[in-house]
Amino acid sequence: MIEAHGLTKDYGDKRAVDSLSFRVEPGIVTGFLGPNGSGKSTTMRLILGLDAPTSGDVTVNGKPYREHRAPLAEVGALLEARSVHTGRSAYNHLLALAQTHGIPRSRVDEVIDLVGLHDVARKRAGQFSLGMGQRLGIASALIGDPQTVMLDEPVNGLDPEGIHWMRNLLRGLAGEGRTVFVSSHLMSEMALTADHLIVVGRGRLIADTSTEAFLQQASGNIVRVRCPQSTELRELLIGRGATVETIAPGLLRAHGLTAEQVGDIAAAHRLSLHELTPEQASLEDAFMNITRDEIEFKTLSTNPQWSAG
Amino acid sequence: MVGWMTGIAVEQRRVVLSEWTKLRSVRSTRWSLLIAVSATVGIAALACAVVSHHYPQMDAHDRADFHPLDVTFAGVQLAQLAIGVLGVLVITAEYSTGMIRSSLTAVPKRLPVLWAKAAVYGLVTLALMIPATLAAFFLGQALLAPHHIDIGFTHSGVARAVVGAALYLTAVGLFGLGLGAIVRNTAGGIAAFAAIMFVLPPLMNVLPASWNNAVSPYLPLAAGEAIMSITPGGQLSPWVGLGLFGAYTAAALGIAALLLVRRDT
Repeated sequence: MIEAHGLTKDYGDKRAVDSLSFRVEPGIVTGFLGPNGSGKSTTMRLILGLDAPTSGDVTVNGKPYREHRAPLAEVGALLEARSVHTGRSAYNHLLALAQTHGIPRSRVDEVIDLVGLHDVARKRAGQFSLGMGQRLGIASALIGDPQTVMLDEPVNGLDPEGIHWMRNLLRGLAGEGRTVFVSSHLMSEMALTADHLIVVGRGRLIADTSTEAFLQQASGNIVRVRCPQSTELRELLIGRGATVETIAPGLLRAHGLTAEQVGDIAAAHRLSLHELTPEQASLEDAFMNITRDEIEFKTLSTNPQWSAG
Repeated sequence: MVGWMTGIAVEQRRVVLSEWTKLRSVRSTRWSLLIAVSATVGIAALACAVVSHHYPQMDAHDRADFHPLDVTFAGVQLAQLAIGVLGVLVITAEYSTGMIRSSLTAVPKRLPVLWAKAAVYGLVTLALMIPATLAAFFLGQALLAPHHIDIGFTHSGVARAVVGAALYLTAVGLFGLGLGAIVRNTAGGIAAFAAIMFVLPPLMNVLPASWNNAVSPYLPLAAGEAIMSITPGGQLSPWVGLGLFGAYTAAALGIAALLLVRRDT
């Protein structure tokens, strides 16, 4: 469990993270979604205490990360930036991390096998491909068998096989009851892996909701409807506040109403429907729309608290 | 929860073991320490062999200038450079590779990492340099012995100078470590180390002679090397000098510690 309260971080006069409050629950995969530069990596560094917040605080399993006796057993982290000495072998890298906590060598071998690095464990990490580097990062994150796993853009640069492996790993970890917190700037990736989403833009919280609800909201309720009496239906739908496009004779696309609402309207007027399909807007487009709104909202705002930030 | 998880916790002695693993598992360590040991012993042997060979032809003036202990420590000059630079690297390589993020995530209280690095690097340097300076001394004196220009280990101050040279080299390594931890950048750390140790002393020559003479003995290099001298000169007394160098080292590590807990990573 990760809990942030009013978490804020300034670098010089630039505010990277702006009064973020959220909670990451165990047992599910929580996606941390936002465009590049929206403060996701900074938030993760604040969680680990690598950077100190300007104000606010964040706890992991009830305590600030640095106050845990065995931090690696609380949170295992894969940061986006490289965090391995290129001249040291994967085995020695993991051993050095394990030794700080008194974690036995057998666990080092275990995580090496788990991520499939057995054959290259004695090779210097500097010779690793991007995918092998990510696997070593995952092994480092899992070395203390942590309750919470936090991964920053884990699929970045991975090949399809690696992405598939990563998704299964995340689901497996959540299935074991762990807290899984994973960031991405790709809505489509999050739609596939995350159960819950924390969405940020320019360091501010935009949404904290289930992935399903977010997708529905993001898609903006577009319904494709095929109806022989399309002219009549079109008038009715417009009368209920929808925007309606006529795609072809007898085929409409209604914006602003759910499929249920469209179906009920048709039934109430005894119109027959030959098709009723809720459409999902392109996820990336929808995500861009939502984050753009947030940014515009910010620039329009005259709230002195923000103009000062 | 698995069996091995009971009792896992960050402890200073465990962080020391981790730092030992880190130090021994990169190539730069082996190379720098190999250079330091072979310079200390090899250059001493070479210098003594050359002097021994030329001694019959040396004039009275040169013979008067000659001191058997000085030639023994000829290699220390190069060794201190290798050890100081490795001291800088031990910490700055963590910043340049990003390893520091892993280190401080594993040990978020941070200070145990700095103390462990200092302890491990200090002990390793000392463990290698005591035999190296002893070997340099006995090998060098054996080469000088045919002309009876050698000096005995039991001669007043000799044992102190030989063991002191190893202590001094260890302190040099820790001084480099402290500077590296302050600067957090390899090139900057090495530049700071070289500037303070080797550039500052000749710069003092621009000062009026009385100022130069008053200030120079207190500079790090002169203060530290006082431990290796058994002839009175312009320098501080041996233990005062080494103590002053130790104070500079402690100051560098102290500033590094303050910055380490305050700065973002």
